[in-house]
Amino acid sequence: MPVVEITQTVDARGLSCPMPIVKTAQAVKPLPSGAVVELLATDVGSIKDVAAWCRATGNELIEQTSDGAVYRFVIRRK
Amino acid sequence: MDEPLNLVLFSGTDDKLQAAAVLTAGAAALGKPVNIFLQYWALDAFRAAKIGDDHGLAPEAGPAGRIAVDALAAAGQATWAETLRQAKDLGAVDIQACSLSMDLLHLESTDLDSLVDGVEGVTAFYLNAGEGQVVFI
Repeated sequence: MPVVEITQTVDARGLSCPMPIVKTAQAVKPLPSGAVVELLATDVGSIKDVAAWCRATGNELIEQTSDGAVYRFVIRRK
Repeated sequence: MDEPLNLVLFSGTDDKLQAAAVLTAGAAALGKPVNIFLQYWALDAFRAAKIGDDHGLAPEAGPAGRIAVDALAAAGQATWAETLRQAKDLGAVDIQACSLSMDLLHLESTDLDSLVDGVEGVTAFYLNAGEGQVVFI
């Protein structure tokens, strides 16, 4: 698997809905197309929310993993 | 996603305002415009001098609900006012005070927190709502 270079990390661990998405949207907004944002979250709602947000905004969810406690998402900006 | 989400806020308790702030922030993150119309007790909660106060909870919360809400706040949950500020930072969120409620509560524009963008009547609210959904909280 090719290594994806992370442009910016959003640490939303401990934040409740909708802050993981709000922080992600704030982080992605000023970045250039193709930039890659990593999101760390503990809100269980973020599993479906991140996927839905990516679908609606056209950004690409390129990776989604979890160690059981923390969900990690890697998103490439449209 | 182009049609706005239109929220009419009537209740002034912290739980209902929190729910409204979450809906607003979610819509803003999706790029959906949000129009908020503040009436009655919701408007009262947006007074600059009172916005940071404890505004209580809806009656159905009960003592157990109070404990649950306090636990979330202690865990660092953003207040509804802070959530709305972030939503405004992110997208097109317009917050208007209902002119009738301004009269009812004897308020002037200068009494309101800076989150509030202006004062309007219900007709202007409907005009801006367009074909978007109207949700009453």
